[in-house]
Amino acid sequence: MYPDDRRYTKEHEWVKVEGDRARVGITDYAQNQLGDVVYLELPEVGRVLKAGETFGTVESVKAVSELYAPLAGEVAEVNSELVSSPEAINTDPHGKGWMVVIRPSDPAAAGALLDAAGYSSLVESGAKQA
Amino acid sequence: MDVAPGTLRRTPLSPVHRELGAKMVPFAGWEMPIEYSGLISEHLAVRKAAGLFDVSHMGEIEVEGPGALAFLQRVTCNNVARLLDGQAQYSALPLPNGAPADDLIVYRRSAERFLLIANAGNAEKDYKWLLSQERGETELKNRSDEYALLALQGPRAQAILQPLTRVDLAAVKYYHFAEGDLDGQPATISRTGYTGEDGFEILVAPDHAPAAWKRLLEAGGPQGLVPAGLGARDTLRLEARMCLYGMDMDETTTLIEAGLGWIVALDPAKGDFPGRAVLESQKKGGPPRKLVGFEVVGRGIARHGYTVLANHQPVGAVTSGTYAPFLQKNIGLCYVPAAHAAVGTDLEIDVRGRPVSARVVPTPFYKRAQ
Repeated sequence: MYPDDRRYTKEHEWVKVEGDRARVGITDYAQNQLGDVVYLELPEVGRVLKAGETFGTVESVKAVSELYAPLAGEVAEVNSELVSSPEAINTDPHGKGWMVVIRPSDPAAAGALLDAAGYSSLVESGAKQA
Repeated sequence: MDVAPGTLRRTPLSPVHRELGAKMVPFAGWEMPIEYSGLISEHLAVRKAAGLFDVSHMGEIEVEGPGALAFLQRVTCNNVARLLDGQAQYSALPLPNGAPADDLIVYRRSAERFLLIANAGNAEKDYKWLLSQERGETELKNRSDEYALLALQGPRAQAILQPLTRVDLAAVKYYHFAEGDLDGQPATISRTGYTGEDGFEILVAPDHAPAAWKRLLEAGGPQGLVPAGLGARDTLRLEARMCLYGMDMDETTTLIEAGLGWIVALDPAKGDFPGRAVLESQKKGGPPRKLVGFEVVGRGIARHGYTVLANHQPVGAVTSGTYAPFLQKNIGLCYVPAAHAAVGTDLEIDVRGRPVSARVVPTPFYKRAQ
């Protein structure tokens, strides 16, 4: 379910390190919790983010959810196509639904995030509580 | 009737919803399906074909006896005397300040037998309020646990339902009902709804509800019928500008302010009821504020509670706001002073600290082709 080629946060985001860049999106679990996504707000390229800082907003018909920077760094790229067709967040959250590419100030920082197995068990324990 | 805090009540269809993979959420003390396949697809199915909703959380109160009509005339705001047997009426229980304690539908079964269908979260409160009123020879019973309620809504509703009932549905006009059958079991079939589409609300015994639900889905599936949750119900009703109690109106907003003057009967035959003086004066002179529909012009979705500004000054708050799946626009309702209520007035919505332009538009936002 959750690809092994990337890391995950407790805020249900994924981070895929690609050389000195890190691609970021929300997980399948997050999109499923949100329901049909209809609105997305992303930062400008060049914005410098602290880890944990809000960098955007994703909204479904029913709910608003903030996006939190999983790593500190500079925004190198944003998925502007996704802003006009945010439904890709539901249909392909781990692929076409990517949101931003960050150039992390500490490329090793991603290592401290959850791996796929750790994230899966987080989601399963959350599902049991719900 | 009383349920321990934190315990959610379940409708007789709860296991069926789980089987269908519905996402279940707490709503007004009940655990209800918010969506099955997805809110937008369910919304569009209702506009184009049909959707089936479980609304068994709604409350049913029977009002019976020689004094029933006179009692209902005193406690509701619409003119109950205009109802014939088999006819229903949208109404409210007005408070002395002209605001509704609840909105409801009054069904006349016979001259001395009426049924009220009230909001889930208010049914017990309504029942106690009604009991506290002078009622003469009228018996009141909260029958909420003895009914399940299904809503079959959409342009295909009649074609889907007809083969499953002996009731001649074409003869059941809007806001009329028939006591008949569904799939061989007793059912009350009413041509009412909360989606802006043609459709029916069907009262059945709780034991019959799962079979009735499955039969309807089987029969309607080939015609595009899908199970639909409370999420789609909310966006559908908002496109049709139907008020939701607790959001668009409550015990502080008068019926006239909420745009429900059409259910406030002031003819002499109606007689006195709580709040009549306030409502009469607001109906004549205009209310100080009005619930208006707006469309977001800028980028952003207005949500319940967001501040509404006119000329950069706060003038009100959003009561309901959403992305409208059929209209593909961001719409909402808000109370604004009468001076800002005209169609075309420019407003701004404070979307989490960012002002987003909006404009007062005519409502309903969506009206079906006749």
